[in-house]
Amino acid sequence: MSDICAHFTLQMDGFTLDASFNAPATGVTALFGPSGSGKTTLLRCIAGLERAAGTLSVNGVVWQDEAVFIATHKRQLAYVFQEASLFSHLSVRANLEYGYKRIKSDERKVQLEQVVDWLGLSQLIERGNPTKLSGGERQRVAIGRALLTSPRILLMDEPLSALDTESKQDILPYLEHLHRELDIPVLYVSHSLEEVARLADHLLLMQQGRVIASGVLQETLARLDLPTAHLDDAAAVIEAQLVEQDEVYQLTRIDFAGGELWVGKVERPLGSAVRARVLARDVSVATEMPHGSSISNILSGIISEIRDEGLDKVMLGIKIGEQQVLLSRITRRSCDQLSLSLGLQVFAQVKSVALM
Amino acid sequence: MPILDPSDLQAIWLTLKLASVTTILLLLIATPLAWWLAYSSKWYKSVVSALVALPLVLPPSVLGFYLLLLLGPHGWVGAMTQALHIGGLAFTFYGLVIGSVIFSLPFAVQPIQNAFESIGKRPLEVAATLRANIWDRFVSVALPLARPGFITAMILVFAHTVGEFGVVLMLGGNIPGETRVLSVAIYNHVEAVEYSAAHWLAGGMVLFSFIVLLALYLVGGKLWKVAR
Repeated sequence: MSDICAHFTLQMDGFTLDASFNAPATGVTALFGPSGSGKTTLLRCIAGLERAAGTLSVNGVVWQDEAVFIATHKRQLAYVFQEASLFSHLSVRANLEYGYKRIKSDERKVQLEQVVDWLGLSQLIERGNPTKLSGGERQRVAIGRALLTSPRILLMDEPLSALDTESKQDILPYLEHLHRELDIPVLYVSHSLEEVARLADHLLLMQQGRVIASGVLQETLARLDLPTAHLDDAAAVIEAQLVEQDEVYQLTRIDFAGGELWVGKVERPLGSAVRARVLARDVSVATEMPHGSSISNILSGIISEIRDEGLDKVMLGIKIGEQQVLLSRITRRSCDQLSLSLGLQVFAQVKSVALM
Repeated sequence: MPILDPSDLQAIWLTLKLASVTTILLLLIATPLAWWLAYSSKWYKSVVSALVALPLVLPPSVLGFYLLLLLGPHGWVGAMTQALHIGGLAFTFYGLVIGSVIFSLPFAVQPIQNAFESIGKRPLEVAATLRANIWDRFVSVALPLARPGFITAMILVFAHTVGEFGVVLMLGGNIPGETRVLSVAIYNHVEAVEYSAAHWLAGGMVLFSFIVLLALYLVGGKLWKVAR
C-alpha cells in the first residue's frame, strides 16, 4: 500500500487526460513527456488543484475517490511551481515560514535550520523582499518553503525550466542533495531528458494525456519501443561505482555490472556511487575488437534490439553483461555493411561519458 | 460675518458622515462581489458585471427616481420597512446611504476586482499547497496583495459620495441635518443668490477633490497600474 496509485480522467478543451499509474513511495519519479502531454495537469490533479474524476491514494491514504475529495490544503504535500511564486508582500523568512506556521507543531519534522542548511539559504533568509532575489535563489526559497510543511510527498513542476543554464547548474546539486536527505517520494515533471537522467530513479512516460510506460529509469530509458530512445539526446544511464583514480593521466575509472569505463577525473572518494550517462550518438560499434583506436572505452556486448529511425538511421540496443543496455545510433548503411543482426557480438566504442 | 453658517457646517458634517458610512458599507459589499467576479467562470458573470457598472452610465436622476419608488411608502422595500415599524426610508439619512451605496458600487467593485484579477490564481494555489484554507488564503494572500485596489476603491467611493447630487435630491430632498448634504447646500445658496457662501463651499469642494485626486496619483502611479 505504501506507494502512489492514481487514475484520473479529465476533459478540457482540446485535451483529454486519461492517466493511470503506480509510483513507488521512495525516490524520484520523473513525469516525462513532450509539452502538452498532460504532465502538469496530472500533477495538479494529484495536488487537488485540478478537479478530475478518478482515484488517488498516497501511502495508503485516500486523497480522492468516488466519495472523497480532500481539499488541497488538507493534503500533506508540497508543490514547487514552475516559477517560484514567492509571496511578494512577505519577506524571505516569512515566505519560508508560511506553511511551517500552518501545520501542527507535532507534525513539524522538518525544521527551518535544516532547510536553510540543505538549500544554502543562510545568506538569503536575512534579505527582505523576495523580488530582489535571482531566479535560482527564488526557486531555492520556494523549495525550502514547500519542504517546511513536512510533506509526505513532494511535487515539482519543471522547477528548473524557468531558469537560465547557469542558475540551473547552481540549483541541481541542491536537488540531488535533497534526493538523498529526504525520505519522501518526489514526483518531478520535466521535459528535459538530461534532468531526468540526472535526478530520477523511476520514469513515467506521458504522451497525449496518457501514461504510456513506467518503470525503473535505467530500464525504461533503454527500451527501444518507447519514444525516449528516439529523441536526439537519447541516452543510457549506468549506475556505477568509482574504483580508481589515475593521477598521471587525470582519469577516473568506474565499474558497473558488465564492464568498466574511464572518464575525466572527478574528485570523489573511491567507492562512491556514481551515475553515468552515455548518449546514443556517442556510441559506435565494431564487429571486431578495434586496434589502434584513440577511444579508450570499448565494451563488448550482444545486439539485443534493432530499430529503424527514419530512412537513414538505426538505433541499436547493446546488452553489456547481464543487465546494462547501451544505446547506439548509427547509420543504416553501416548497419547493412556490418551485417548487424540480433544476437551478434559487437564492440561498443564509447566516445564520451558524462558523470551526473 | 462668519464664513460658514451653522447649517453649512451641519451639511459638511452630514456629507462626511454619509461618505464614511458608504465607504465602509461598500468595502463589505464590494469585496466578496469583486472576488466572485474575478475568479468565477459562471456564464452569468457578464450579466452581474453589467448590472454593477450600470450606475456609471445612468443619469443619477434615473437611479434616484427608481430608488424613491422602491424605498417610498408604496415601494417594495418601503412597505417592508414600514411593516417592521422602521418607517419609510425615502427622505431619511438611511435612504441616502442606500442610494449612495448603489450609486458608487462600480467605483468600489472595479478597482478591487482588477486587483484580484492581476494577482491571478497562482499565489492562492501556492497558499493552498502550503496548508492555508480558503479564508486564510483570502486574508493572508489576497487582501495584502490587493491592497492598492482597496485604497483606490476607498478614495474613489469617498470622493464620489461627497460629490453626489442627483440621487440625493431625488431621494433625500433638502432636510437640514438629515439629508441636506454639501452639494444640496451649495444649490440652495445659489438659488438664494448667496454667491459668497456658495463660493466658500464650492471652492472647498474643488480643493478637496483636487487633493483627493492628487493623493491618488502621488501614492498611486503604482496603484493605478494595479487598479487597471
